[in-house]
Amino acid sequence: MTTSSIMLDVSGLSKSFVLHTQGSARIAVFDNLSLQVHAGECVALDGPSGAGKSTLMRMLYANYRTDTGAVRVHHRGTMVDLATAPPRTVIDVRRRTLGYVSQFLRVIPRVSTLDVVAEPLRALGTAGEEADERARGMLQRLNVPERLWDLAPATFSGGEQQRVNVARGFVAELPVLLLDEPTASLDAINRQCVVDLIGEAKSRGAAIVGIFHDRRVRDDVADRVFDMSETLAAGGAAA
Amino acid sequence: MTARKSKRAGDETGYNFAYLDEQTKRMIRRGILKAVAVPGYQVPFGSREMPLPYGWGTGGIQVTASIIGRDDVLKVIDQGSDDTTNAVSIRAFFARTAGVNTTEETAKASIVQTRHRIPERKLRADQILVYQVPIPEPLRFLEPRETECRKIHAWSEYGVMHVKLYEDIARFGRITTAYAYPVRVDDRYIMDPSPIPKFDNPKMDDCPALQLFGAGREKRLYAIPPYTKVTSLDFEDHPFDIETWDEPCALCGADDSFLDEIILDDKGSRMFVCSDSDFCSARRAEGHTGPMADDPRFADPEPSPREEVSHAG
Amino acid sequence: MPDDQMLLRVEGVTKSFGAVRACHDVTFDLWPGEVLGIVGESGSGKTTLLNCLAGRLEPDSGTVAYRNRADELSDIFAMSEPERRMLSRTDWGFVHQNPRDGLRLDITAGGNIGERMMMVGARHYGNIRTEAETWMDRVELDLDRIDAAPRTFSGGMQQRLQIARNLVSGPRLVFMDEPTGGLDVSVQARLLDLLRELVRELRVAVVIVTHDLAVARLLSDRLMVMRDGTVVESGLTDQVLDDPQHEYSQLLVSSILQV
Repeated sequence: MTTSSIMLDVSGLSKSFVLHTQGSARIAVFDNLSLQVHAGECVALDGPSGAGKSTLMRMLYANYRTDTGAVRVHHRGTMVDLATAPPRTVIDVRRRTLGYVSQFLRVIPRVSTLDVVAEPLRALGTAGEEADERARGMLQRLNVPERLWDLAPATFSGGEQQRVNVARGFVAELPVLLLDEPTASLDAINRQCVVDLIGEAKSRGAAIVGIFHDRRVRDDVADRVFDMSETLAAGGAAA
Repeated sequence: MTARKSKRAGDETGYNFAYLDEQTKRMIRRGILKAVAVPGYQVPFGSREMPLPYGWGTGGIQVTASIIGRDDVLKVIDQGSDDTTNAVSIRAFFARTAGVNTTEETAKASIVQTRHRIPERKLRADQILVYQVPIPEPLRFLEPRETECRKIHAWSEYGVMHVKLYEDIARFGRITTAYAYPVRVDDRYIMDPSPIPKFDNPKMDDCPALQLFGAGREKRLYAIPPYTKVTSLDFEDHPFDIETWDEPCALCGADDSFLDEIILDDKGSRMFVCSDSDFCSARRAEGHTGPMADDPRFADPEPSPREEVSHAG
Repeated sequence: MPDDQMLLRVEGVTKSFGAVRACHDVTFDLWPGEVLGIVGESGSGKTTLLNCLAGRLEPDSGTVAYRNRADELSDIFAMSEPERRMLSRTDWGFVHQNPRDGLRLDITAGGNIGERMMMVGARHYGNIRTEAETWMDRVELDLDRIDAAPRTFSGGMQQRLQIARNLVSGPRLVFMDEPTGGLDVSVQARLLDLLRELVRELRVAVVIVTHDLAVARLLSDRLMVMRDGTVVESGLTDQVLDDPQHEYSQLLVSSILQV
């Protein structure tokens, strides 16, 4: 594979938390972490609880800040470093390039399920009706009952919310996807559905980084596993 | 009716000519000159205490006192009538303190001081119309801050004036402002024409006579120089229009003058007659008649005093 | 104007009231369509800063430059007062915390919305009326109330009317001072959602002052955290809220009650 197909290039990444409200305790998470993900490749993060998998995911999404190092994403023809990019660039990267499916749906009051799913498409400029049509297709595929589409997902069950979340994450077919336990509360049928979606994303060239607790899912989708137990920063939680 | 004879001012009344001292008159004249130079702009002036209460024409009286000369002939009207209390008092005031001639005939007056009307007869270039103004600021009920009003005038930020007209249409389906209807003078300042009926607004436009406005309590002077463009504010789809009546003046038959409704008894009988009493009686003297002209109740008592200017002194 | 040029450039804005330093050396840029939240507790200088940005209060030092429709970046305090006033009723909006400060309470709802149009020369009643109706609808106000005075409206309705009154002129920059303050929670949610939709749809840049971090998260792209007149932290909204660096930001975030 050539370097031009590198979609995500993480180098020398370090992260620690300083808790000012708790006696300025310093919690180191990892140090000097590097990772490259190519187009069409799915990398599964692995490691024990507390190894920093979720923290890394959030840093890849620029949700957490980086202390040192770079998170470079292939965005509109160039590599953009999310660690140093101005907010509006980060927002543009998230809109056009970088998708994130978390375990939990952030519900906005009054916004219907259909709108939640269609929103990433509209943000890309897709016309309203076409965006709705694709959103409906995605919801159908994930077996979200049609009677729920006009409701805000606030009162949905965990599994339903998760599927709405997945639908929202996949609908815009972004080139880089971050999946934080996308199948956590799904039954077998829906789990398979998500696996299929990931497969399709890979075959259209998406680079994927994921945390998959479910070993079967991970085996089905991951091309390689990135072991985070080795990146654990020396000193652990010491100041 | 004639003005009573008065002593030569200053002889026995003890007052300076036309009551005000000369320095005050000069101050007011300077204000008037500025007002004429900036049509529609409100010029502050040092309004004096007058021997009558605010609201009774103190502004108009001070303007008249400042411009009147011994040769002037003064007419004073209140709501178009020469013989209401306010008109009679002010006329008597000048007859006594200035010793000038007074008249009820618009055509014979050189100065007409008015409250709430413009005479029906077209004014001439050698006449001056002096308005008594209660509230000179057209923005007053929209913008309570004086500093802000000044800025709005200074920079022509007049959109808020149309909000007032919008409100009329929204609430009543048409512009219901019927008096003190705001006008724009010389395409620049928006001005309150004093509480004249909007019927009179077109008379201000391109008028040959100088029009002066005095507000005594609010201490403001403003003016419309002769032959100045005066337009009434409106909307494209709700153009300015004036009142019309279904019937002519009951006495003189005029169908182009502003009519007052008069209740005749407690059974609801009523009649419409010209608000401008001079205009009406002049027409009747010329032989015009309205539907109730022959009613003995309204027979003209004595047409003779109308014939001449009453000379004082 | 292309989106890659900043709309507002703020440099070193400082304002004191006597010995009290209300805001100190604030610098940032705002781009078209960007929503900037300013958070901090009462007395941290948020509103003073907002007033400086909106040209309502002249800073002691520093500059606020705005890119006008002619694509010139000009210092708003160097321009003449009428120019600045023109900007503030056409290109800008200001949504006050208390609708009483932003509405004419005795003028009908339609008149309140129509005022800005009349300010820039609209003289066709029918057109003004139609536009007012459109905006009543957009801010979810009952059309039956178009000829009612906002004095008779609830707090939430007044606030929505104030928003319509500001947005009718198609502003490119709207300042909001605690727009949801003083409203019931359910009313707040509706207003927030409405604001979010309008801001996204109209691509209007917004500077919003709030002490409510949930409001900031929902509406803003970017946050500035203020304390004692100084910006202690700024960045992407979710970054500041989820991974706050400064001691005060951490305190602020950790003080939110979980429901």
